[in-house]
Amino acid sequence: MSHTQDHADEPHLIPYGTYIGIWLALCMLTLVTVGVSYADMRHMTIIVALLIACAKSTLVVLWFMHVKFENRAIWWFLIATILTYVTFVILTFADYSFR
Amino acid sequence: MTTQALPDLGEVDYIRAGGGPWSWEWLKTTDHKRIAIMYLLMIVAFFFVAMTLGLLMRAELLKPGTQFLDGAAYNRVLTLHGVIMICLFIIPSIPAIFGNFALPIMVGANDVSFPRLNLASWYFYVAGAVLALWSVGAGGVDTGWTFYVPYSGNTDANVVLPMLAAFLLGWSSILTGLNMITTVHRLRAPTMGWRQMPLFVWGIYATSWIAVLATPVVGITLVLVLFEKFFGVGIFNASMGGDPILFQHMFWIYSHPAVYIMVLPAMAVVSEIVPVFSQKRIFGYRFIAVSSIAIAAIGSLVWAHHMFTSGMADEGRIIFSFLTFFVSVPSAVKIFNWLATMYKGSIRIELPMLFAFAFMFLFSIGGFTGLQQAALSVDIHIHDTSFIVAHFHYTMFGGTGTMFFGALYYWWPKMFGRMYNKTLGMIGFVLFFVGFNTLYFPLFIAGLKGMPRRYQDYLAEYQGYHELSTYGSWIIATGLILLVLNLIGCMRWAKWWGSDAETNPWNAASLDWRVPSPPPVHQFHEEPIITDGPYDYDIPHLGDDDSKAAPAEVQA
Amino acid sequence: MSNAAAHDDHHAHYGVPGYDPVAWKMGMWLFLFTELLLFGAVFIAYAVYLETYTWHFTVGSAQLSIPIGTFNTLVLLTSSLTMALSIAALQRGKKELSIKLLDMTVACAGLFCVVKAFEWGAKFEHGIYPGSEHLLAMARGEQMFFGLYFTMTGIHALHVIIGAALILWVRARIKSGAVSTERITFLDNIGLYWHLVDLIWIFLFPLIYLVA
Repeated sequence: MSHTQDHADEPHLIPYGTYIGIWLALCMLTLVTVGVSYADMRHMTIIVALLIACAKSTLVVLWFMHVKFENRAIWWFLIATILTYVTFVILTFADYSFR
Repeated sequence: MTTQALPDLGEVDYIRAGGGPWSWEWLKTTDHKRIAIMYLLMIVAFFFVAMTLGLLMRAELLKPGTQFLDGAAYNRVLTLHGVIMICLFIIPSIPAIFGNFALPIMVGANDVSFPRLNLASWYFYVAGAVLALWSVGAGGVDTGWTFYVPYSGNTDANVVLPMLAAFLLGWSSILTGLNMITTVHRLRAPTMGWRQMPLFVWGIYATSWIAVLATPVVGITLVLVLFEKFFGVGIFNASMGGDPILFQHMFWIYSHPAVYIMVLPAMAVVSEIVPVFSQKRIFGYRFIAVSSIAIAAIGSLVWAHHMFTSGMADEGRIIFSFLTFFVSVPSAVKIFNWLATMYKGSIRIELPMLFAFAFMFLFSIGGFTGLQQAALSVDIHIHDTSFIVAHFHYTMFGGTGTMFFGALYYWWPKMFGRMYNKTLGMIGFVLFFVGFNTLYFPLFIAGLKGMPRRYQDYLAEYQGYHELSTYGSWIIATGLILLVLNLIGCMRWAKWWGSDAETNPWNAASLDWRVPSPPPVHQFHEEPIITDGPYDYDIPHLGDDDSKAAPAEVQA
Repeated sequence: MSNAAAHDDHHAHYGVPGYDPVAWKMGMWLFLFTELLLFGAVFIAYAVYLETYTWHFTVGSAQLSIPIGTFNTLVLLTSSLTMALSIAALQRGKKELSIKLLDMTVACAGLFCVVKAFEWGAKFEHGIYPGSEHLLAMARGEQMFFGLYFTMTGIHALHVIIGAALILWVRARIKSGAVSTERITFLDNIGLYWHLVDLIWIFLFPLIYLVA
């Protein structure tokens, strides 16, 4: 095991500036999502809002939670979890979307 | 892998160390083996409590009309039987006891990754158990173990305590799962590749993932019911616009995968026992390992087959019926591989192997009747009849319960260093097997003929089935009492029968049988070097693709 | 056992779980998954009722203040930034700076809760609280909206409070030296928890405030 993950033992130093950049991007996206919500897009509103939320959370997960530099097991864990959750949602709507 | 024992350094074993077997030290131990034993005591005790409740129900059903339990009391006994059997016995049974005891040794570790968290899990279990018992003192609950709204929201019975109990027990199960996953990733012997792990480890690993990902859903669902009950927020309450069926969805999103939390570890034990007592390499190692993961995955897609008659959309019912059939495929893969493993093996009929046979027989019946219910049209006919009761007892009790006892017989010599009396065990097994089928098989027929489940009374025409079933309950109870008596009587402090166990009485190849029986506190002083697969009995070090796999790529 | 700490006395303590940053992080991530699924389940309920009562949810959402929601979002994002910076500071051995940044994180958490409390308070003053007559007189869809609003923001606020308490704990441990540049995983994990709280708000905000 020791050979495959030594890189994970030493913290990957991310410059302060990078974090601040990510924060600025997150704030911008927040303002965008608020702005967009005032535009009348009918049922597209919620989809756009969720897409922006997904973009924001990707930034948080990859940089703030440093998954970008995490070992591969965490990547797989995260993908499995997200897939599981998405499956739960889709299958719940296998009932509700036909009601 | 060689079956050679590790050198016995004459160290004191984990039971005698640290204050000995009767010391209070146990309550603050972080030794995975001791925690396993503490789970064992609690879980077996609760099994007998719930078994007694089951016997009470069966005795009440001996004749039509009321014998000694009226309808309200019967509902409370029924709920308690379900809650205890599911939350306090089946779910934690194999993962918490044998997962804790054997998994770290099997992967060549000295403990789990988070030993203190492991002890905390046990205390969560105890707290949940206390709440469950407290709820009995508070008058009992009559909702059934599923706590369906709107009834659970309206009933006068105190549902808070059992719901909090279920919540705490859920956390116990999550934290154990978290520990097992991390242990497999981080504490596995460096030379043990993923494809060299014993199949028991694969099974517990898959189980742990279900526990981590599905349990929180039911946890929050129960909390939401409590919010609704006490703060008056509308979530499931139809008078406020809520949908009670949503509760059923959220309940079964966990509780269907939970039946795989229950049965996967049992299958994992069978995968361990069958090659050992056939002295033959397991057939289709990779398929069995992958089928564990497949069961975990597909098992998460099928929950709404519990709700075919509750008012879902027709399209939804068809989709879930369709998906349900798939989950039988990986289970069947396992059964076929076990049969192929036994083919031309040198089979030894020992008690663990007998229980593995019983598992294959009983679980197959449970599985086949499950397929029948997966068919939407059939399910509408048999829903909420005793057919369902028979089906899930064949899978849960015939599956997990059987292998729990099989695992007890398999690992007992390792856990306590004592071999039980085999003749007594055989008698107990026969009573168990005969009693089991007498108890549950008639319920299939009664159910097909229309006997509803959860009823305290019935029409005279069902009496024959119920009588037979009740007699069966007495036979199986005798068998189980003999089983426990046998295990207790062989202990070091009793020694009514039995003998000291050798390090490797079964000639098994996995690491747990290379450490002394019972193991010392620190079973490994140096890194065990793994060169072959865990079941290489027949081919002396020729190896094949499975066993020569390079240390795996996904290690973390 | 691959970490440096275990290598020193590898033979004496083979396989004894010690300080293993990778295992700790893995354990923390697994715990975060349970939190994700826990909130995820409530989101499923929200989605189902949003689909059922789309119009009423729009009406309910319109009664919430978007500026307040936006402000709180920015507060939480900022707290996430200070948290990340605090870890970065301790990684570089700047203990004082790290503690200062943690203080700012807790301050943001407090601000968030105060704003949230005023928001809830304003709703209460208008007679909108769980079980109130005013609420029960509303359309069913609106009752569901406010039921979910209070439930979701309530559970989230509870996580903010727990998160702030954890940050204060790790702050004390940094001060005492138990958490340091060499043994930073505890702070890392608290950071992960805090970002998760932020992550959930990132989804809560548009779903609750912006469906109008």
